[in-house]
Amino acid sequence: MFPAAGRQVAGLLATLVVASFVIFGAVYAAPGDPAVFLAGGRDDLTPERLAVVREQYHLDEPFLAQYLHWLGNCLRLDLGRSFQYNDEVVDLLAARVPTTLALVAYATVLFVLFGVGAGVLGALRRGTWADSVLIGGTTLSASVPSFVAGIGLAAIFGVQLGWFPVTGSGEGFAGTLHHLTLPAVSMALGALAVISRVTRQTVVEAAGADHVLVARASGFPERQVVARHVLRNALAPIITMCGLVTAGMLAGTVAVETVFGLSGVGSLLVGAINGHDFPVAQAVLLLMVTGYIVITTAVDLAHPLLDARVKTARRVA
Amino acid sequence: MTALPAVLPAVSRRPAGVVAAAVVLAAMAVAAIAAPLLAPYEPDAIDLSASLAGTSGTHLLGTDASGQDLLSRLLYGARTSLVAPVVLLAVAAMIGVSLGLLAAWHGGWVDTVVSRLTDVMYAFPGLLFVVLIIAVFGGGMTTSVLALGLAFAPTVAKYTRSVARAEIVKSYVDAYRVQGMGGFRICCGYVAPNLARSVVGYLVVLFGEALMSLATLSYLGFGAQPPSSDWGLMVQQGQASIVLGALLPALVPGVAIAVVVVSFNVVGVWAADRLGTRR
Repeated sequence: MFPAAGRQVAGLLATLVVASFVIFGAVYAAPGDPAVFLAGGRDDLTPERLAVVREQYHLDEPFLAQYLHWLGNCLRLDLGRSFQYNDEVVDLLAARVPTTLALVAYATVLFVLFGVGAGVLGALRRGTWADSVLIGGTTLSASVPSFVAGIGLAAIFGVQLGWFPVTGSGEGFAGTLHHLTLPAVSMALGALAVISRVTRQTVVEAAGADHVLVARASGFPERQVVARHVLRNALAPIITMCGLVTAGMLAGTVAVETVFGLSGVGSLLVGAINGHDFPVAQAVLLLMVTGYIVITTAVDLAHPLLDARVKTARRVA
Repeated sequence: MTALPAVLPAVSRRPAGVVAAAVVLAAMAVAAIAAPLLAPYEPDAIDLSASLAGTSGTHLLGTDASGQDLLSRLLYGARTSLVAPVVLLAVAAMIGVSLGLLAAWHGGWVDTVVSRLTDVMYAFPGLLFVVLIIAVFGGGMTTSVLALGLAFAPTVAKYTRSVARAEIVKSYVDAYRVQGMGGFRICCGYVAPNLARSVVGYLVVLFGEALMSLATLSYLGFGAQPPSSDWGLMVQQGQASIVLGALLPALVPGVAIAVVVVSFNVVGVWAADRLGTRR
């Protein structure tokens, strides 16, 4: 198991280096002087201001040296200054990360609860009208972009019924939960179809195994057969899929935070691009890509812990 | 990004659903082509006296905050909203099929380089790669379509590579090779046409995803720019009216997006099955 894990961690680091290189090198793809671009591309830039930017990004040195300086600074959490907000980028991020994390966590709880639930229900009631309704419903919800779902929910449950607030992220645990409910639901809706489909498939497969038949023939109560013999074996692929979907949601926050005016990392990215504030955009992209790669690798690493059969298969291979 | 097609087959096996979806798409296509004939108003005709009107005989779907007729905007918006994903997929197909064929034909280090390139793109979740390109080159419909085409290309390349590998081991390819024909000519003239059906089926399934991605970019202000009546942009412009109690300006284009994506997914999976697309 160890060499496999080592390879995966090495792969993680390699991907991170390449991705950060792309994010850094993008500055040079931009038309014009990189210093002007990094300073916001406005016409009223003073030579002093440009000199500061050149100094900060070591623009007089060779490209590779610039990249290494930048990477080193990022590792030390020195992400540069935002001229739009006139603040350190790392402080901007620190203020906004909690909202985004809370949103992703809330959405994850929702889609795991309802997605896995729907999948198990569909598998156990395979071929019935309940199964058809679940498949149809989740397919429909996956065809609605999250920003449309968000606006629809805000219109109905926020404005018309007044049950939930439509902007802001709230104070305290209960307030946050209340404010983030609609955003989290709109993010979770798109994930329901994938999760319930994978769950349904694996549960159907696990339920067809011989030992389940034996357990049932031995007279174990159905509830126990399902919980102990079917679900336990179906768990690994389901958890893997949930992890991947959660990782993808980091990027999904961009649209949903904009809909609900949440000051999270996603809306910071949108604001940074509209304000030509490239250092901030760079930092957010780096953060999201890092989070995504770390979560997907962690899911890969956890797989053999959840399913001993994977471990054996790897050892044999 | 591509998990969606996997969830659809059960729905699409019902021909009635496929027929209904096909009718919806045909109606949308007619609406887009005949927009100038069907639309009761100009899409950008402002009439502040009719601001945020509800549904009525004069405005079938109501109006937005500046009194623009929503039905007219929807019909004209169908043009950009339906054509742009097609262009995007054409870009993705051109890049993806070339790379996929190249990797399958050469194997070895070429294959490795192409796989690594696609891996780098996969390191950017969702639309983040496109957002990076927009951060550098600025927004707009052209940038969005090209960037999304680039972002969809790895998926197409991966699929093309897998089907091409099965194709190039067939004996007819060896026969051409023995006759002294070059790899480029065999690939372009004989292998690519044989893969076309299956790749087109794959692209059709991606259409819904492409439309949703473009609408999201337009909603965020990175795609279509005013005065365009692109559906994603219409949702963005209509959002402010929701707090005033007028739901139509945001919901009309939003529902249109959802209906077209659902229809295209249903028809797409049905078509992909018949075109022999592997999933």
